[in-house]
Amino acid sequence: MGFYWSFLTVLTLLAITAPLALTFGMGGAMAARSRLAPVSWLGKGYIAIVRGVPDIAFFLFFVIALDQGIEYLRHQALCPDWPDAIRQGNDFIVCQAAKMPLSNAAPEVHDRYGFFIAVFTFAIVFGAFAGNVLFGAMKAVPKPQIETAESYGMTRRQTFWRIVVPQMWVYALPGLGNLWMVLIKATPLLFLLGVEDIVYWARELGATKTPRFTDYPHGDWRMWYFLALLVFYLAFTRVSEIVLERTMRRLTRGQATSGGEAQRKVAG
Amino acid sequence: MEECLNTIADYALRSVGVGERLLPRSDFTLCQQFTLIGSGMLWNIYFGLLALLSGFFLATAVALGKAARNPIIRKASEWFIFVFRGSPLFIQFFFAYFFFLSLKSQFAFFDAFTSAWLGALIVLFLNTSAYTGEIFYGALQSIPKGDIEAADAYGLSGWTRFRRVIWPTMLRLAWPAYTNEAIFLFHSTTLVFFSGFPVWGQKGDALYYAAFFADKTFNPFIPYPILAFYFILLTLVIIAIMGKIGTRLNSHLPQDAKPKFRFRPQIIR
Repeated sequence: MGFYWSFLTVLTLLAITAPLALTFGMGGAMAARSRLAPVSWLGKGYIAIVRGVPDIAFFLFFVIALDQGIEYLRHQALCPDWPDAIRQGNDFIVCQAAKMPLSNAAPEVHDRYGFFIAVFTFAIVFGAFAGNVLFGAMKAVPKPQIETAESYGMTRRQTFWRIVVPQMWVYALPGLGNLWMVLIKATPLLFLLGVEDIVYWARELGATKTPRFTDYPHGDWRMWYFLALLVFYLAFTRVSEIVLERTMRRLTRGQATSGGEAQRKVAG
Repeated sequence: MEECLNTIADYALRSVGVGERLLPRSDFTLCQQFTLIGSGMLWNIYFGLLALLSGFFLATAVALGKAARNPIIRKASEWFIFVFRGSPLFIQFFFAYFFFLSLKSQFAFFDAFTSAWLGALIVLFLNTSAYTGEIFYGALQSIPKGDIEAADAYGLSGWTRFRRVIWPTMLRLAWPAYTNEAIFLFHSTTLVFFSGFPVWGQKGDALYYAAFFADKTFNPFIPYPILAFYFILLTLVIIAIMGKIGTRLNSHLPQDAKPKFRFRPQIIR
């Protein structure tokens, strides 16, 4: 049963992460555009992660950092008179009450906590990428559009929400679509983060028999698990491609881009 | 210092099975970590280099196939690219390993395919061919019309036109993107032993040894930065070499007409 649930895990992760990452990205891009210097630095710094830190390292590192960060804060709040140091050489020791999740909690809680950490990590990482794309897209909106809005007496905020945001999607979609594809392909990394996803199960199901010692009467099953996974990912990618193409066609309608121009010509 | 030289003598070629057989067990020194992880890099370089060189030719064929007029060839190329770009490399490794494993139980011929040096190389070769093929196809589509018309005017056609005009121009246009592809191919070689392919006799790649040390010392903050250091070094070497070739490809053009290389990290393959 767990094997089938794991497909759902992957889909749920994507369904939660994508909007969350987009929100983070939007926040980052808006902060980067801010006129207040510190806010703008914060946004730009967040976006700059895209070009800086190697990605897998970020995945591996961030989970540990987040986990320890939460436990550290809880430790400070819950056990103020703890005598020992938290960092002892390579060990990270907090008091029992500060453990996250509590060591006596149900295994289900552990699973849910792991899933939450995974979603958060994905959202932070992909949010930075999305922020980069959205920041570029906001700058790609033609200047005259913004100038026109200003000459109509719109405030900065009104210009942003009524002119820039509705028009930026057409420039952002190719980049966001790319990101979505990458996000789909990144989900096997879940099992690195300890969530029981599909790769975990495919490995688990195959691991009970070692091929060196058993002659399979039916051929090796594991091959078929991974073939199924391959087909699952390919189908998912293909469906996404088709949906993105449709969305792109819808968005270009009436835009001042070469795509929009082509559509106008066809319509006559 | 002398101790470190001894360590290097013992372990520098450990990943290919030369030198001391037993890995260090306690009192891990920085020198040991540097030497062994560096030794593992030999595998990463082996996989990356061979896949890149062999993939180059298949990629050219695939790009031409995708641009071909014959619908069968075109569809086949499109599907090839889609299959390898549309699924995670991680899963491809797993699938290939178990696929070869079940072939092996039928035919003894496939014995070598289940070990990483051949099996994983084939997967990487096909994978990079698909990614590079897409890059080359894009470049092929953006060859200036004037170049081809000029070639026609000179009376060049068929193979000569391809060899003298289309192919060099395609490479020239694709080169910045191809450099990125080369970098990320090398990065993705770390997935080989991380996925299905087993490590025999502790002869693994750089990530394998880094994970070994992180596991033994409970301290990931030393071996992984060493690994990162080696990969940054490798990346710089790749950029330098590819830059030289790129300069050669562009040598007939004015300085500012050259396509610029920009490091664009790709997250996951």
